[in-house]
Amino acid sequence: MLDGLVLRTHGGRLSLRLDGRALAVSVVLLVALAVVMGITLTSGDFPLPLGDVLRSLVGEGSPGADFIIYTLRLPRLLTAVFVGAALAASGAILQTLTRNPLGSPDIIGFTNGSATGALLVIIVLQGSMTQIALGALAGGLVTAVAVYLLAYTRGVQGFRLVVVGIGVSAMLLAANSYLITRARLQEALAAQSWLIGSLHDRGPNQAAAVGIGLAILLPLGLRFARRLSLLEMGDDAAKALGVNVERTRFVLLLVSVTLAAIATAATGPIWFIALAAPQLARRLTRSSGPGLLPAAFLGAVLLAASDLAVQRILPSAHLPVGTATGIIGGLYLVWLLATEARRSRL
Amino acid sequence: MNGTGDRTPRLRAEHLTLAYDQRTVATDLSVAIPDRSFTVIVGPNASGKSTLLKALARIIKPRTGTVHLDGRLISAYRSREVARRLGLLPQTSIAPNGISVRDLVVRGRYPHQRMLRQWSVEDEDAVLDAMRLTGVLDLAERPVDDLSGGQRQRVWLAMVLAQQTPLLLLDEPTTFLDIAHQVEVLDLCADLHEHKGHTIVAVLHDLNQACRYATHLVVMRPGGEIAAEGDPAEIMTAGLVADVFGLPSRVIEDPETGTPMVVPVARGRRTPTPAAATADSQAG
Repeated sequence: MLDGLVLRTHGGRLSLRLDGRALAVSVVLLVALAVVMGITLTSGDFPLPLGDVLRSLVGEGSPGADFIIYTLRLPRLLTAVFVGAALAASGAILQTLTRNPLGSPDIIGFTNGSATGALLVIIVLQGSMTQIALGALAGGLVTAVAVYLLAYTRGVQGFRLVVVGIGVSAMLLAANSYLITRARLQEALAAQSWLIGSLHDRGPNQAAAVGIGLAILLPLGLRFARRLSLLEMGDDAAKALGVNVERTRFVLLLVSVTLAAIATAATGPIWFIALAAPQLARRLTRSSGPGLLPAAFLGAVLLAASDLAVQRILPSAHLPVGTATGIIGGLYLVWLLATEARRSRL
Repeated sequence: MNGTGDRTPRLRAEHLTLAYDQRTVATDLSVAIPDRSFTVIVGPNASGKSTLLKALARIIKPRTGTVHLDGRLISAYRSREVARRLGLLPQTSIAPNGISVRDLVVRGRYPHQRMLRQWSVEDEDAVLDAMRLTGVLDLAERPVDDLSGGQRQRVWLAMVLAQQTPLLLLDEPTTFLDIAHQVEVLDLCADLHEHKGHTIVAVLHDLNQACRYATHLVVMRPGGEIAAEGDPAEIMTAGLVADVFGLPSRVIEDPETGTPMVVPVARGRRTPTPAAATADSQAG
């Protein structure tokens, strides 16, 4: 009577339930991701046949191909994939917790907080790349705590969190502009280039850092995913079903905030993936839950494809990937507002 | 007060102080829910009916006092263990966007499921039973958003029923429903009570419905005190209505069921003091 797959052992002691449509969407997204990754690795200034790429990936490639794959293309590609997945998963959790499609880390201030942290390191401390990343991480986390505390009265309600977050975000944006005006030219340029989220020059360190974060935090998020979907029905309903609401919300907030902060620390602010990917995934899967995995896959595809587009369509412009996701996200937002407005008018 | 039978009831609260932040809703409130009863809680606004129900279901923690469930402190249970014994339909629940009736009812099985036991045969049977009982089986594939208020309330009831708990707590299950749907939901509760052996506790607003359906009535007054408790036929008097609601009324026999029926005194006959009104209506 359920659609989807139910797997049960003989005695019925173990059973798994998979949503058929979400599964199909996930498979399609993974295929799309593989295609984007394939194109990214084979095309470019030095086209490589797929065979050479695969040989290189299993460790039997020529030195030339190895250099192109391991130094030029793969770190950047993996950073894009991991950052896309991390942002989308972060957004999916936060939007569900706040029960609001605007409850995404880039809208409610966490991303601008990361930027403030990074700018302080760049401009005040003149720190290294690693220190900038740590500054961004700290900035994002501190902002999240601040927004949480400001929105807290007898528990946190989604709408208040969003409204407070938008306010904090605006103040941080002002602070960031101020910091740049205080900077010397050199630092101002460095700050400005960090502020436009980019995958340019992202090496294996960034990819590994985000990859490790994702490997720890995504399973933790998945472990709480069902509790998250019950929270969506309201705190009382979730409690009545046996969910420890406070702990669940705390763990999930922590997962979401940390994912966003790590991703932003690695690449600078990349807008709209966290906002758009979860909503798009939800529409694709037509699922009633947060659908963390489909969202993460879609985020990875979106960011990897955006980066491919800015690299190959206008190679000479060195466009940061943030411009591509900005365009995609802007279109999405217009579409969202238009359809939501139409629905409420009908 | 009312005797609780020869053994202690499964659900009872003793000396509760209930409060939200600074605002105290009730002090020293004790109540026992007779096993296998259809208990209805009534009272004016701000008399703490819903708060009491939430405390009984461990949704809120009492400042002081204790709630016992099946002989143990309710606070000593794991959350899911409580949810396997006691189901609550809150006043406001949010149906997630686009969720189908079946998927919503399925969520009621959460307390029975585990990481590696996500969908057992019992889960499936419980969901089917709940949907059949509430008559929403034909709606299974429909999005909850598309349903009428009455249908939607039956779906929420199905979700709580799928939880398969011997105790069911319902917070104003008939609010926002028209009279036909109110009767439908209450009849369903009465069936569950009579035929399935559920103990039901419901907060209701309509005194006549409360008297009709309750086997045990708890009347609360503002400030979270219990004004009267027991068989509606014995406790529902014009004096009680005047005392608790400040409303002069006559209590007559419900022509359908013979249970008490509260008829407010018409405006023209309203007398200035409650005492006089009481005497008047009791005489009539």
